[in-house]
Amino acid sequence: MTDIATYNFAYLDEQTKRMIRRAILKGIAIPGYQVPFASREMPMPYGWGTGGVQVTASIIGPDDVLKVIDQGADDTTNAVSIRAFFKKVAKVAVTTETAKATIIQTRHRIPEHPLNAGQVLVFQVPIPEPLRFLEPRETETRKMHALEEYGLMHVKLYEDIARHGRIATTYAYPVKVEGRYVMDPSPTPKFDNPKMHRSPALQLFGAGREKRIYAVPPFTDVVSLDFEDHPFEVQTFDQPCALCAAENVYLDEVILDDHGGHMFVCSDTDHCEKRRADPSSPLSEGRAEGAGGGDLAASPATPSPALRAAPPHDGEGKEAR
Amino acid sequence: MEIAAQSIEGGFADPVFNAQTAFRAIMDAMARPGSVQALPPLAQPPAPLSATAGAVALSLCDNDTPIWLDPWLQAEASVKAWLGFHTGAPLANTPADAHFALIANPAGMAALDGFSQGTQEYPDRSTTLILLTDDLVSGPSLLLEGPGIEKTATIAPTGMPRHFVEQWKQNNQRFPRGVDIILAAPGKLACLPRTTRIKTMEA
Repeated sequence: MTDIATYNFAYLDEQTKRMIRRAILKGIAIPGYQVPFASREMPMPYGWGTGGVQVTASIIGPDDVLKVIDQGADDTTNAVSIRAFFKKVAKVAVTTETAKATIIQTRHRIPEHPLNAGQVLVFQVPIPEPLRFLEPRETETRKMHALEEYGLMHVKLYEDIARHGRIATTYAYPVKVEGRYVMDPSPTPKFDNPKMHRSPALQLFGAGREKRIYAVPPFTDVVSLDFEDHPFEVQTFDQPCALCAAENVYLDEVILDDHGGHMFVCSDTDHCEKRRADPSSPLSEGRAEGAGGGDLAASPATPSPALRAAPPHDGEGKEAR
Repeated sequence: MEIAAQSIEGGFADPVFNAQTAFRAIMDAMARPGSVQALPPLAQPPAPLSATAGAVALSLCDNDTPIWLDPWLQAEASVKAWLGFHTGAPLANTPADAHFALIANPAGMAALDGFSQGTQEYPDRSTTLILLTDDLVSGPSLLLEGPGIEKTATIAPTGMPRHFVEQWKQNNQRFPRGVDIILAAPGKLACLPRTTRIKTMEA
């Protein structure tokens, strides 16, 4: 049976879509609040983006152009399979170009290219409750949100400082939305937190296993928690991308061999490829040597997509912490 | 007999795609309060329910969502039959039981705080009000600000509830509890989520 017509458009049945759509509207109306929803079993395991997939399936229409990224990359397994899934069940156009997409489903990155009004960013969220590792009981965390009791989170950040001399949280860095709800921005690197603040795009978050949907409307204040004497700051990299020489972007470390050879390249593959294809941008064969340092970087660091499939991504596995 | 025929006709011609079209218009309007989203007449409900409000109901309501009808809609058996046939939604006995409220005559409606406001723990368990209005430009101007609005937005729906600005201020103060409003005008809609602040009332 290859007849895909046996499925409804975008896989989910209409009643499920209505239920998810209602949750999305409540999420938008209460920015940062986690709306419970009756998450369905999807044809992929929990942890592969079932929440994001259900949100995307509920909003997508035949005219949409979908982009899916996994840690910034369009060509990793998760991104490729989710893109193929929607190509099959919704027959929508897909793209890897950030600017051309109307819906971008993402696992743990916000594209480097600025988003515009009218775009929807759908996050796949493993653990939506920012207080969960501090208070395991749902009844308690719910009460804490109700009473706006977020002292525990500040204690956690303070303990970071006491132990490490700085706030050591680097991903899933808690934010306060519109001055009310503390929200987990999903395990994006804190590098991306400032991009959420007053973004022109609508940001939707789906957690399939945990059965929660939440949202940040456009032009909404998203402030990373910090202290006056320890202000929030993002990661910086002391070298540019080894492939496209981009600075002020989030870089992944790519191991090249087992002799310590490594290089730092853009995590956002679309951004990197665009820059390399653009003749006016300074290309970077030369820089790769200085940047990567290792002997292998000297052997032509040709931008090969195959390279992208291999790197162990920052953040992977940390989720299980 | 005539009521029976009326209640069966006038649903979405293409339920899957029409519902998606209507939902995206509602979602965009909710995400950008004060913005007016076009919505072609996808449903033909019996009067006084309008095509826009009918499409909103069909795309969001089902047997999980009790609907409350205002007395003007309550009086029309054909409206009840149409909603019942196409959505399967039960009718709520009181405004406080309703997930959605359809209001044909907002100027004569009960106070906003009579509807379900949700709880502090579950503020999502509140009523979404669907107000039928003639248009969104010729009523008193409302200057809006809040999430979803870059600086300010203006909207001027006609026939709004009495003391609406004052009532809305109280609705804001209840945050995160509170009701959300979908304004359904012919061919278009706009939304006022509970986060939207109405700044001043212009003449």
